[in-house]
Amino acid sequence: MTLNFLKKSQKGTIIAINADNVPLKLIEMGCLPGNIVEVLQIAPLSDPIYIKVNDSFLSIRKDLAKEIEVELI
Amino acid sequence: MKQLKVALIGNPNVGKTSVFNALTGLNQHVGNYPGVTVERKIGTATLAKDTKAHIIDLPGVYSVNPNSKDEEIALNAIFDASNKDFPDVIVVVAEVENLKRNLLLFTQVKDLGFPTILALNMADQMEKKGISIDVPALEKALDTKIVLISARKNEGIDELKQAVLNYSNYNTNSVFDLKSIDESYFTLLGHLYPNQNPYKVWLTQTGVFQFEQLSPVVSSSSTVQKSETELKKLQQRETIKRYQFINKILKDTYKIDTSKATDIRMKFDRILTHKFWGYIIFFFVLLLIYGSIFELAAFPMDFVDGLFADLSSWTSANLPEGKLTELLADGVIPGLGGVLMFVPQIAILFFLISILEETGYMSRVVFIMDRIMKPFGLSGKSVVPLVSGTACAIPAIMSARNIENPKERLITMLVTPFTTCSARIPVYIIIISLIIPKTYILGFVPLQAFVMTMMYVLGFLAALLSGLVLSKIIKADRKSFFVIEMPTYKAPILKNVFLNMYEKVVSYVVGAGKIILALSVILWFLGSHGPSDTFGNAEEMVAEKQMNERLTERLTEEQLASEIAGYQLEHSYIGIIGRTIEPVFRPLGYDWKISIAVLTSFAAREVFVGNLATLYNLGEEAAEDETKIIDRMANEKRADGTPVYTVATGISLLLFYAFAMQCLSTVGVTKKETNSWKWTFVQLVFMTAVAYVAALIAYQLLK
Repeated sequence: MTLNFLKKSQKGTIIAINADNVPLKLIEMGCLPGNIVEVLQIAPLSDPIYIKVNDSFLSIRKDLAKEIEVELI
Repeated sequence: MKQLKVALIGNPNVGKTSVFNALTGLNQHVGNYPGVTVERKIGTATLAKDTKAHIIDLPGVYSVNPNSKDEEIALNAIFDASNKDFPDVIVVVAEVENLKRNLLLFTQVKDLGFPTILALNMADQMEKKGISIDVPALEKALDTKIVLISARKNEGIDELKQAVLNYSNYNTNSVFDLKSIDESYFTLLGHLYPNQNPYKVWLTQTGVFQFEQLSPVVSSSSTVQKSETELKKLQQRETIKRYQFINKILKDTYKIDTSKATDIRMKFDRILTHKFWGYIIFFFVLLLIYGSIFELAAFPMDFVDGLFADLSSWTSANLPEGKLTELLADGVIPGLGGVLMFVPQIAILFFLISILEETGYMSRVVFIMDRIMKPFGLSGKSVVPLVSGTACAIPAIMSARNIENPKERLITMLVTPFTTCSARIPVYIIIISLIIPKTYILGFVPLQAFVMTMMYVLGFLAALLSGLVLSKIIKADRKSFFVIEMPTYKAPILKNVFLNMYEKVVSYVVGAGKIILALSVILWFLGSHGPSDTFGNAEEMVAEKQMNERLTERLTEEQLASEIAGYQLEHSYIGIIGRTIEPVFRPLGYDWKISIAVLTSFAAREVFVGNLATLYNLGEEAAEDETKIIDRMANEKRADGTPVYTVATGISLLLFYAFAMQCLSTVGVTKKETNSWKWTFVQLVFMTAVAYVAALIAYQLLK
């Protein structure tokens, strides 16, 4: 499944990231394969989402979250 | 005196600006890089008796791989050896929390071959946050000098200065081995470019920066050519490997108990990003901002206004009569007053915005507003400029500077002047009371108030729809993604807040001020000068006209003066232009008098009413009295005897003033903030075109 399907407070392990559609910046901010990502909050209109990954607290839009493959923990 | 060049670099939200402020104080200067809106912040610090440092504060970045044109240009300072800011030493500012991510940037900078110092900020918070760092071991592992500082408490700044002074003692070796990414590829690169910094070779390959003096020893460079996708994969892999390298080092040198810090964050986030309370709180924050710039700023603004009016009359009374005194008293001094009048609003707005940014609240605003603003090509942060714009577009456009995405920032600046600013109110009031009957809709809502409210709604709609249109037209320099950090909540540092406020005021006065002053002097000249045969002989011409019309009653002195003033405005250069282009305005329902008033009010919308009063030969006293102007306007007739101010003309005027730029101060600020005449003209032409078309359609349908 991809990250956009995770519900609030669910955690997942990042399996793969689509190199072509994901900016290097996101990876540089700590969103790496192997790391655990947690959805802390989903914005009131269901986009963007607020995640914690690799000790970084980030907000990303769902269209980007779609490009991140995770395995639910 | 020895001079050193120092660059400060670091992730956003690590307190880099506080470090810069602690080092430089008021000895800082903010400029723009040519062609882009990114700030170039330079300051000086005295390191020792005989050594001064020029410090450049680079924008907050997560990596040396730039994400935008702005970052690319700013980062040139550390890539390009011929850049005037190219540093002798780089200070990487990091914070003790989330050191991992901060070190990614550090390893990249160090690999570029600079003497690099790692300044760990917020060291005073270590105990509270359950952090412990083995500094000597970390220094050894990273092959660098580490300084623990707390910019908030001004601790460690002297040690940092000392460390910078000793910069030549630090080695410039790489810390990360690129071969761990892809052994064969980087070995090959090493063979092709021997004795060269491997990281620079790699950055040249990925197209980050074309480093000089790099030519392969063998010409068959095709063997190292990789496709864009392959390069991207390698860059990803580089990041992963760097993180592995960093994690390995931190495992032995860094301990953190994360539960402590996360608690506070969660508590605040729960309320501030709540689906109901989040918006309620933001609404009150906006109300506070709006109230402060609308109400609070009114007192100092009136003071500045009065001061310059007094100065102007003092000058014309006390200096010898002549052209120069006229220029000074009626052109330059009121122009300066017009510039300085906006200072209180700018100061107050940036005081509040700095606090919102410093505390970390602004990122939460972006989080809850993004979905609403995104379809219009705007950022969640654009709400602040748009709402501030209902007081005044000048500070509002400046506040767009805090928007990270360059395209969203540009669109925000371009559409903000559509919102109903306070200068439109006098125009609206006059027109609405003239053409809208004092009736009630549904028996209790006053129609006039309803129309006034609709004008505000119209302003917001125009801004949003224009954003939608512009977002389709404007091309981004590269695809930009929405990835923002949600920083930890912090108490604002007042020194930063005041320095930011001070810097914004100075940059407005120096940058936009000169454009506004020049434009207002030109406009004053055109409005107060004219050909000598008519304008120059205004008194005789008016007297002659009175004779011809065989008026039996003699005019009072006051009446005569207002007749002359009206005649002069009519025959000034701007009056001539207004009468000449009247055919352009005729389809909108405007006669030549309205045309002149519209033209002259390009200086500022509120001038419209005063200039109409002058054209209708109302004396100065009458011009202050709304009811007299309204009476006079209601009785104004066209050549065929029909009234000028019909509902059609009125609505046409309302729409024109709702959409047209009609504010040269905004032109000045847009030029300053976009750093581009092109976008300034695009905005001016776009707004004027929308205004003209809207007024045209309204008049032709209603007449």
